[in-house]
Amino acid sequence: MTLRTRIIPCLDVKDGRVVKGVNFVNLADAGDPVELATRYADEGADEICYLDISASPEGRGTLLDVVRRTASNVFVPLTVGGGVRTADDMRAVLRAGADKVAVNTAAVADPSLLESCATRFGRQCVVIAIDTKRRDGWFEVVVNGGRRPTGIDAIDWARQATKLGAGEILLTSMDADGTKAGFDLAVTRAVTAAVDVPVIASGGAGTVDHCIDVVLEADASAVLAASIFHRREIEISSLKSAMAAAGIPVRELV
Amino acid sequence: MTTIAVIDHGAGNLVSIAQSLARVGADVIVASEPSDIAKADGLVLPGVGTTGGVMHGIDEAGFRPAITQWDRPLLGICVGLQVLFESSHEDDAKCFGFVPGSVERLRDAPRLPHIGWNDVSMNHDPLFADIGPEATFYFVHSYAPRPSTSDTVIGTSTYGETFVSAVRSGRRVGTQFHPERSGNNGLQLLANFVAMAA
Repeated sequence: MTLRTRIIPCLDVKDGRVVKGVNFVNLADAGDPVELATRYADEGADEICYLDISASPEGRGTLLDVVRRTASNVFVPLTVGGGVRTADDMRAVLRAGADKVAVNTAAVADPSLLESCATRFGRQCVVIAIDTKRRDGWFEVVVNGGRRPTGIDAIDWARQATKLGAGEILLTSMDADGTKAGFDLAVTRAVTAAVDVPVIASGGAGTVDHCIDVVLEADASAVLAASIFHRREIEISSLKSAMAAAGIPVRELV
Repeated sequence: MTTIAVIDHGAGNLVSIAQSLARVGADVIVASEPSDIAKADGLVLPGVGTTGGVMHGIDEAGFRPAITQWDRPLLGICVGLQVLFESSHEDDAKCFGFVPGSVERLRDAPRLPHIGWNDVSMNHDPLFADIGPEATFYFVHSYAPRPSTSDTVIGTSTYGETFVSAVRSGRRVGTQFHPERSGNNGLQLLANFVAMAA
């Protein structure tokens, strides 16, 4: 066989709690990221992603505790993003037990952050998160959770970021995010063609076919989604069966 | 209870390694000084980043003599496996040289780093008891070992080329993949290592 396409549930975490609507009836505490991550790992998630949206320093401290508890209970890889500003921030998240750390706004402001993080920790744990918006004939990088345009071309930035030290790209189309109308195949295809690192596609997953399309038609190495899993609209196991039937190699649970 | 020391040389995700060893019943010491490993039955050498960086971290923390003299079971993980070889093409690093051969960049890979779950074809080895002959594990790397003799190879994987993903030389074993992040297969492998050290 070969390298498997990864399915990655993403949890938005604020002050140590899951914030997006979670619809699990039989969880003791649906707001606890660790309990939810454990459930997803048991169901076949190939990796877990936490996106920290805490605004306060106290919330950040809580996140490290969540990462620590997750690493102690969940034995699949953990990627953590949100609010990482410096190489020391990244070190703290890695030491707490994350395998990979995603940087976004801070790397746009100072691209050398990618270089220093890759030098210190290795490029395999440096993920560049790129949020994009469609413009007339191009894709723009947006930051601060999509609120602030940068004027930077997303494809150029993907190339530059991987050259500087990012070992993976987490690509989110802010146009598609939340629509459940499918991934933005055009931007995903443009980025996967421009770089030789793996690309995680994010934003817009609504059906099993959306996930299949972004792999087969846009060469995504992994599919990230939040609400379809949280609301139990798609089970990870049935998504994997459908992907396998479409000829995509996926990991079976043992 | 079997005591396993995990070497802390400054880089890497020690939490998941320590916790997964504890999960399979080991008494775990996170060793930040060479004297910390004296009482251990087995040693785990983790490593992420680059071979040069990991060798530097090992030297900074003063672990080189203790690791060289260690004669009980040792498990190297990822870059911790790579440093068991003589040298690495990555930053031209000089390594321990316990296993003949070098570490080189993966050839013909569709994308690098090689990130995700892939198969390991396993030889008969106590490290793989109750797992083999083939199972998936989690990888994240761009370089892989090239042993100069095939008798040290106990596992292979394919990504672009077929490469060596697990080795054994006496009581020293190593995996290019991350057992601590490989679900039940990984926990079983760690349990097997703990049994080797018992």
